[in-house]
Amino acid sequence: MTRQTPIKWMGGICLLVVLLVIGSASVQTTAYAQNSPEVLGTDAQTEFWRAIRQGEQGTVSIPDKNAAQLIQSEGDNWRALRNGPLSVYGAQALIGMVLVLAIFFLFRGRIRIDHGWSGWTVQRFNEVERFGHWLLAGSFIILGLTGLNMLYGRYFLKTLIGDSAFATITAWGKIAHNYLAFAFMIALVLVFIMWVRHNFPSRTDINWLIKGGGIIGPSHPPAKKFNLGQKIIFWLVLLCGISISLTGIALLFPFQTTMFADTFALLNVFGFNLPTAVTPIQEMQYAQLWHSIVSVALIVVVIAHIYIGSIGMEGAFAAMGSGRVDLNWAKEHHSLWVEELDAAGTLNAERDSVDRLSKEEAVKDEAVKGEPAE
Amino acid sequence: MARMKFLCDAERCIECNACVTACKNEHEVPWGVNRRRVVTINDGKPGERSLSVACMHCSDAPCMAVCPVDCFFYTEQGVVLHNKDLCIGCGYCFYACPFGAPQYPQVGNFGSRGKMDKCTFCAGGAADAGSDEEFKKYGRNRLAEGKLPLCAEMCSTKALLAGDGDQVSNIYRERVVARGFGSGAWGWSKAYPGGGS
Repeated sequence: MTRQTPIKWMGGICLLVVLLVIGSASVQTTAYAQNSPEVLGTDAQTEFWRAIRQGEQGTVSIPDKNAAQLIQSEGDNWRALRNGPLSVYGAQALIGMVLVLAIFFLFRGRIRIDHGWSGWTVQRFNEVERFGHWLLAGSFIILGLTGLNMLYGRYFLKTLIGDSAFATITAWGKIAHNYLAFAFMIALVLVFIMWVRHNFPSRTDINWLIKGGGIIGPSHPPAKKFNLGQKIIFWLVLLCGISISLTGIALLFPFQTTMFADTFALLNVFGFNLPTAVTPIQEMQYAQLWHSIVSVALIVVVIAHIYIGSIGMEGAFAAMGSGRVDLNWAKEHHSLWVEELDAAGTLNAERDSVDRLSKEEAVKDEAVKGEPAE
Repeated sequence: MARMKFLCDAERCIECNACVTACKNEHEVPWGVNRRRVVTINDGKPGERSLSVACMHCSDAPCMAVCPVDCFFYTEQGVVLHNKDLCIGCGYCFYACPFGAPQYPQVGNFGSRGKMDKCTFCAGGAADAGSDEEFKKYGRNRLAEGKLPLCAEMCSTKALLAGDGDQVSNIYRERVVARGFGSGAWGWSKAYPGGGS
């Protein structure tokens, strides 16, 4: 008795399964006869092939399900933009900026301290500020050079030093680029915390803008710790830097972010009509393009910044070098800042450690400088 | 000199994946690397078709165009190969490739993908033909031995064809004629679906 019951039971299930199989098979046969010709390949199947050409996903038995897409044409667009406009306009902008600065230098020359060196200095940037600046600047220069090498190296450096040496340098450059990115991001945060309070727009900026920053005319428009030009580069470095950092993170962790899909969805709220169905590989293509575009733009801006902070202006480099600037320089370029310090009693002018003047001149210039705090 | 090409006949491929297995075995590629894969469209539905796909050895190859270290090159037979000694594993070739051919041995955070690996049309790579170095880096060089790619050679339904492009297209043309492609004319698939019976 105990044996017969499960056999009957199983027999019933088997019958049910057989019936189900027959049923489903007959349904499939009917569907097949209706939709497919009996001989394969006699049909043009234009829709079928068009769908594949446009990136239709099939199925694969391998673990990488992204491999189910037979053809992704977006790569062609990426290639065309990267090897076309990005490379061409990028090179033109970089060379153009260097040329503009060279021409400016030839005609305007070095911007001198109008009243000459005073022989007295004031503290402009302390150790922490200079550390933040040089962490940002140092990482940016290496990131910029290794990044430009990825874009232009094969047309330039490779022809000079050969395949093998170039590949070795580029491989190390890639590693440096990947890890120094974090120094850049930390420095970006530091710089923001240190200087954001000095970089809000103010009324003096309008006057500064009207006078063209004093670069063209003979007069120096008044400015606080940072003039409008410095405020512009602060916000450009910050906004571009954040954008570059975010896309850089997307490139460091490939196929794991949905940054562009999210950004496009957000932009669409404001009336744009951008695609929100972005595949992982398209995310990478967008990230690489945007990373390069913004980086090249920022490099162009920073070349001008480096120029004006070094050979372009007498006395400017000391601000980030020793941290102490000549008092006459400070009065000419940041008159309101000097007044602020003076009013607060924190001017603390000291004799310049570099003996730029003869003793008589230094004494004479004390009148120009006014009463030193100490 | 012949211009080597692949062709997969979607009416013949039965998704047996033997091409994939043969490739892995012949070249001893590492886990996770698929130089060739089989993709099925409309899986389990009427009109299901499968296609075996690998590097197509494009003319004007996108991988070659975007490679920062310019490590790709053409053989005399039009096969696209690359030099693993130069490859820096940046992943750009994969972003550019329409067919998803470039493969990387590792997952790839912080650019640690390793050197790119892809179908070589069984033509080895940037090392002496038949050497151990070539086999370890790129796999077997069957073309140097006078043989064609193994995936196509052992395809049971001869769906996958590999060889001189002119001969491959001649074979395919014969098949199309034999099948009677008359109903492939414009509008027929719309006007007379299911063969027009």
